[in-house]
Amino acid sequence: MAEIKLLGVSLSPFTHRVEWALKTKGVEYELIVEDTKNKSPLLLESNPIHKKIPVLIHNGKPICESMVIIEYIDETFEGPSILPKDPYERAIARFWAKFLDDKCLPTMGKALLGEGEEQEKAKEECVELLKILDNELKHKKFFGGDQIGFADIAANALAFWMGIIEEASGVIWVTSEKFPNYCAWRENYNNCSQVKEYLPSRDELFTHFQSRFHSAAAPK
Amino acid sequence: MANDEVILLDFWPSMFGMRLRIALAEKEVKYESKEEDLRNKSPLLLQMNPVHKKIPVLIHNGKPICESIIAVEYIDEVWKDKAPLLPTDPYERAQARFWADYIDKKFFDSGRKIWTTKGEEQEAAKKDFIECLKVLEGALGEKPFFGGDNLGFVDVALIGFYSWFFAYETYGNFSTEAECPKFVTWAKRCMQRDSVAKSLPDQHKVLEFVQTLRKKYGIE
Repeated sequence: MAEIKLLGVSLSPFTHRVEWALKTKGVEYELIVEDTKNKSPLLLESNPIHKKIPVLIHNGKPICESMVIIEYIDETFEGPSILPKDPYERAIARFWAKFLDDKCLPTMGKALLGEGEEQEKAKEECVELLKILDNELKHKKFFGGDQIGFADIAANALAFWMGIIEEASGVIWVTSEKFPNYCAWRENYNNCSQVKEYLPSRDELFTHFQSRFHSAAAPK
Repeated sequence: MANDEVILLDFWPSMFGMRLRIALAEKEVKYESKEEDLRNKSPLLLQMNPVHKKIPVLIHNGKPICESIIAVEYIDEVWKDKAPLLPTDPYERAQARFWADYIDKKFFDSGRKIWTTKGEEQEAAKKDFIECLKVLEGALGEKPFFGGDNLGFVDVALIGFYSWFFAYETYGNFSTEAECPKFVTWAKRCMQRDSVAKSLPDQHKVLEFVQTLRKKYGIE
């Protein structure tokens, strides 16, 4: 039987992406929980370049970078396809995944968790990015169309984690008045059957971020 | 494929545009190249890449593909009968994608900082850049190309930067040949291929271009 190990942290959206992909394909794996403040020799050996999680180790061979891992999982294992088959559709899925992962996520992270001028600037940039996402989602339920796809998984942190962080901060500015399609997508994503059962504990995440804000704000 | 219309929106010194030039040449795809003036972007560019408004953009039968690595994968998938760029094995493909991501995230940034900064920041950038070259040399190993015996995905992703090395070396005051001779051997080997030689601009022209940019940004 193939040996599959995943080095990661369940509360991290990057690890979650890979867990979702493995579970979607029905692949059994062993999650090795990493302490990111005290990285294991296995992690440092498996990802010497970035020294980051997640790392998938398949039959002793490491694969790094969550979206690269997902493409590997899609190509290696049977089960529902994560990327479409048509080359043009694949290019579109990869485009949105990259935009969401490289641009939207870090900017929103700064907008919610940053401070001072950097936070203000990030918030302004975020509004523009959300307008783009809102427009893209005008005529479809998910970035992948009717079903969750590659780009939706790249946006997992935006859908689940960022909403929780916002609530924990006590300042909600991503509203359905301003971004109706984006908020509808977020709602659909968090509640759809392919994702819901694999999401980490909302309460655990909320508590973690709430203590970070030192805020007594109750969830709305 | 005989009635394909392929257009490339490009800008001559762009190492990202070079990727597509090389990929299309390797696959012997006929295409029309449209040179963009980035200070005055064409309506076509703004229409085809509304999210980023950047080159290169590949337009295949009227449909745009943006982001150079994504476009190279698309080219490889569509024109699959000639000069395959990605390997067939999923693990090897994951490695190739990993290195393409590394080039875009780490290598590009450190190179850019060499000519856009001064003093301590520039010294740090130079150190990072040489470190990146050494990492890439390690990934190359004893193979003639990153793709093995033939030019592959990572070679296509990386070689365009070589046309900028003269500029980096001039402003950074170092010699790649002295620091990383193996890298230079690889680059010269790539340059022997027609597809590469015809796709890269003259390094002196790139230096002149960087000089004008430095004046424009007030770096001098």
